Amino acid sequence: MRGFTHTLRRELRLALRQGGDSLLVVMFFVLVVVLFPLGVGPEPGILSRIGAGIIWVSALLAAMLSMDRLYQSDFEDGSLELLVLSPTPLEIIVLAKAAAHWLTTGLPLIAASPLLGLLLNLEAEGIAVMLASLALGTPALSLVGAIGAALVLGARRGGVLISLLILPLFIPILIFGVGAVDAALLELTYRPQLMVLGALLLLAAALSPWAAAAAVRQAVA
Amino acid sequence: MVVFSGTQLTCIRGERLVFEDLGFSVEEGAALYLTGANGSGKSSLLRVMAALQRPAAGELCWNEADVWDDIPAHHDRTRYVGHADGVKPVLSIGENLAFWAAISATRPEPAGHGVQTALSRVGLGELSDMPARFLSAGQRRRLNLARLLASPARLWLLDEPAAGLDEESAAVLESMIASHLARGGMAVVATHDAVPAGARRLELP
Repeated sequence: MRGFTHTLRRELRLALRQGGDSLLVVMFFVLVVVLFPLGVGPEPGILSRIGAGIIWVSALLAAMLSMDRLYQSDFEDGSLELLVLSPTPLEIIVLAKAAAHWLTTGLPLIAASPLLGLLLNLEAEGIAVMLASLALGTPALSLVGAIGAALVLGARRGGVLISLLILPLFIPILIFGVGAVDAALLELTYRPQLMVLGALLLLAAALSPWAAAAAVRQAVA
Repeated sequence: MVVFSGTQLTCIRGERLVFEDLGFSVEEGAALYLTGANGSGKSSLLRVMAALQRPAAGELCWNEADVWDDIPAHHDRTRYVGHADGVKPVLSIGENLAFWAAISATRPEPAGHGVQTALSRVGLGELSDMPARFLSAGQRRRLNLARLLASPARLWLLDEPAAGLDEESAAVLESMIASHLARGGMAVVATHDAVPAGARRLELP
């Protein structure tokens, strides 16, 4: 547990001082969403119909953007070897890194999404459910992404490769995330979708540290 | 008494046979110096000793128990200093060392004190609050070596620790190793420099 907080604090400190990364991710997210009305035309009916999907897909792409950096700098400067060799279980360290990734990218994305929802003419009920679905879905993205980032360590063009590896795994999260918002907009019950998202998050939290730690060990061996 | 030993170790890296049928032993309070040409496998052997890499064949033993049966315990009692220093340029020197000391300690200890002492010993005591990006290569190496003092462990695995150090710091390193051995610690050091008189030495072919 102490190892978790120490690693989390270090990662957050690194992210804050290197700066830029979170801001870049949010800017990318906002820009992609803003492009859609320009592409499909500013008809409010269409936009509010597809708004949830636009925001969710853009959030997926934005979360991918910084994913390949998760271990890259540690890998390059030798810190990753030392992390593997520390008595703190690597699974805990990986979990802390995923948590830091969520706090620096997932959380800002969630914070920016209500405004984008308004721009896309989503109803208030839909925006509230979208926030809930993003809050459950984005941590799962960071956790699953932590596996992908470990797998592409040492590969050339890891950034592209990780998208190919990980985006297919994001499909269930996307389906239930958008499904919850659509259900809310149609005034149906959206609770089951959110519960499935919660289940996916728990599954990712339970499994991904093991898988990512194994991949990291493979990469430094 | 032999504490740490390896028998018939074989190491393969990227389909290339680095060494085979290699044995070594380290006794309590003793150092083992690894010498040999570039590419002879000194670093690979140290990585095998650190359990960073599994040997293709052979056995690695600590007190006659297989190291690979209890990896966390092995990581707890070894400190590895490799070629890469693992220094984060945006963190201060003190923060860099404090993090490594914190995650290497399995028992909660009063933090901060050990870090400052370790930094003073390697001559970085005054610079604790300076961002590490201003450090020279030699100073980064000294910061890396300070980990050995900030989070003590019984076995030190040092891969050319004196690379990039000035004479004065190399002397500090030597006295660090000497006092570590005097307390019953062990060290395996890969080096191209002269091996101290009387020290055990393993020449890699």
